[in-house]
Amino acid sequence: MGRVVKGVSFRDLRSAGDPVELASRYAAEGADELVFLDISASVEGRETMIDVVRRVASVIDIPFTVGGGIRNLDDAFRLLINGADKVSVNTAAIQNPEIISEISKRFGDQCVVLAIDAKREMIGDKLVYRVYSHSATRPTQLTAEEWAARGESLGAGEILLTSIDMDGRRSGYDIELLKRITRTVNVPVIASGGAGTLEHLYQAIVEGGADAVLAASIFHYGIYSIRQVKEYLLSRGVTVRL
Amino acid sequence: MRIGILNYGIGNLYSIVNALRRLGADVVLINEPATKDIEGLVLPGVGNFESAARQILRIKDKLIELIDSSMPVLGICLGMQLFFEKSEEGVGEGLGIFRGEVVKLRIMGKLPHIGWNTLNILRDSPLLEDIKSGEWVYYVHSYYPSPVDRNLILAETHYHVSFPSVVGDSIRFGTQFHPEKSSITGQKILKNFLKICKK
Repeated sequence: MGRVVKGVSFRDLRSAGDPVELASRYAAEGADELVFLDISASVEGRETMIDVVRRVASVIDIPFTVGGGIRNLDDAFRLLINGADKVSVNTAAIQNPEIISEISKRFGDQCVVLAIDAKREMIGDKLVYRVYSHSATRPTQLTAEEWAARGESLGAGEILLTSIDMDGRRSGYDIELLKRITRTVNVPVIASGGAGTLEHLYQAIVEGGADAVLAASIFHYGIYSIRQVKEYLLSRGVTVRL
Repeated sequence: MRIGILNYGIGNLYSIVNALRRLGADVVLINEPATKDIEGLVLPGVGNFESAARQILRIKDKLIELIDSSMPVLGICLGMQLFFEKSEEGVGEGLGIFRGEVVKLRIMGKLPHIGWNTLNILRDSPLLEDIKSGEWVYYVHSYYPSPVDRNLILAETHYHVSFPSVVGDSIRFGTQFHPEKSSITGQKILKNFLKICKK
């Protein structure tokens, strides 16, 4: 069946509804892209996910990115033939970075989104952003900047950058994190984690340099509609599709 | 209305199949180009020109014959690029239905050009009926077609440079963007193509 859930810093997941219903509503409301992340990624979960991907893809006519539990080329292929336009890799790419180049060589750069979950950490008086794997539970030895640069050189076509600290808190994106990554790479960066107000989305684009903004809570919980967000951004001089 | 989608082993066919079905078309995937029962043909495709050129090699003559039989055809992205003679993306020959080649976006900006962008309509065409300049469509590409006959350019799009984004004559059409991913504007274009097939 599958439910849409949303948490705070990846925990305390709350149900937010039926994925197919939400997807078709968001597409009709003017979303520019839909990102679907399977956070269960268990073995029986895999079949459910393929089924949900198929059903979502059949009701929308906007780009569709799917991630969660993609471990090899076969996993990516199965999602792509079932309606995903892009796949997003995270933990598997940290464990085996070559998966990025394998997928991009087979299906094209535009097909691979590298999802990076990063968390603030003070080392001495220096702020660093450490990359976490396994749904933000395991720290790695990578900084967000070096991992983003490596991902780009391996063939990732986009970076989906989530701030673990800000996720689900609706208190704003991590602008410093965004700045660091958008300065480092030359592929589109999607800001994720922290959207709470219309101003936050504007800041991520204008101050953080994000090419796109992702939001979940504010839409799932009906705080803003996609149209409201776009009208606001347009009124502030950001070019958006209306 | 029966539409054949050429399945040449490349790209995601699921979205275009669904988009045409939602518009009421009866969609069949075809591996071999043949006129039987279909009123229009779609060449889909995301991927690499060289491998696509290799994939169509086996069926190339039949495919050209089918398109020359005045069957309406719509090429999408790489499918449209295959209408041309060759591509800077790699070796291999396209179908040569339109003269010209597919060239790389030589820009300082980010590649591939991924995302929504607007159309600037240059010529009236049944494919673009009811579509206005400024409407948004979805792109994923690094290469674009450069027809020798500039009259084939129906619309262009600006991304650091202006490039042809819709090409075609009266029954053969190609879009560099993905109408099946382009929300309402994409629906209108596909609906227009179905109308052309009906005639």
